[in-house]
Amino acid sequence: MTGLRYVYAVCRPFGAALQSQLAGVADDPPRLLPHGDLVAVVSHVPEADFGEAALRDHLEDLDWLTATARAHQQVVDALTAVTTPLPLRLATVFKDDSGVRVMLEEREAAFRRTLDRLDGRVEWGVKVYVEADPAQQAQSARPAASAEPAPKPASGRDYLRQRRRQSRANEDLWSRAEQFATGLHATLSDRADGARLHAPQNPRLSGAAGRNVLNAAYLVARDASEEFVEMVDRTKDDAPGIRVELTGPWAAYSFAGETEEEGS
Amino acid sequence: MTVVERREIALVDLLDRLLAGGVVITGDVTLRIADVDLVRIDLNALISSVNRNVPSPFGD
Repeated sequence: MTGLRYVYAVCRPFGAALQSQLAGVADDPPRLLPHGDLVAVVSHVPEADFGEAALRDHLEDLDWLTATARAHQQVVDALTAVTTPLPLRLATVFKDDSGVRVMLEEREAAFRRTLDRLDGRVEWGVKVYVEADPAQQAQSARPAASAEPAPKPASGRDYLRQRRRQSRANEDLWSRAEQFATGLHATLSDRADGARLHAPQNPRLSGAAGRNVLNAAYLVARDASEEFVEMVDRTKDDAPGIRVELTGPWAAYSFAGETEEEGS
Repeated sequence: MTVVERREIALVDLLDRLLAGGVVITGDVTLRIADVDLVRIDLNALISSVNRNVPSPFGD
């Protein structure tokens, strides 16, 4: 009876069994907590790690955050295989089962509306990157101790001309990338039941090459997903210097909120 | 490519969704740790611990 309740997601009741080898957050396999015609999926977690102060500290610990986020994702992913879950924000913790039940009851109407909206749909992530300018890349890739030194500009004027050419090429790539991303986003939004822009990713966190100019999520019906993926795939070769990355299918994390309405 | 490879999910993609997506529940029953601003601050701290010179991905 001790411990707090970590809630992953809210679902409609589903018949199928959850994948049995789910570790869950804090190594507590997820349990179902039905209430009315909704089910909360919960783990029992220790207060020492999930109390407010402890959690605040843990969220700044990259290893802890990684492990918790992955455990959360695994449970939501397993739910996606058997139903359409409505995922909650990472680290949503209640004091006890009755706290979870009260929450389900209070927000029942909103949950049902959102579950209806998401039913049978998944999320796809699409990111657009501008690769480093090829000329620049070639220059920086040249080994420092190369037998032949890089050709030096003959004069200051040559140097400036070179620089100008370089920066014009960069500007060109940038405006092409912007156009490309805007066009792609419009096309994909048209085919999706919902679209959401995330902040561009920081390359230090992602480790991805190039600069992220579009980081979008699209809500797509499962049975329209194959077509959607093909459409993204077809754009990939269209634009030199620009890279498109697809992730998913995800549970509809980015579309779980009531359309911009605060739940209060 | 019609079949998408399910290689390991990148942490950033996961955090985009888990920290900026999902239902946010506020109110007396929660421990109120799902607060958006709080989590953003935490993520900023995280990034600066990775590299102090990198500006916040959230811009302004």
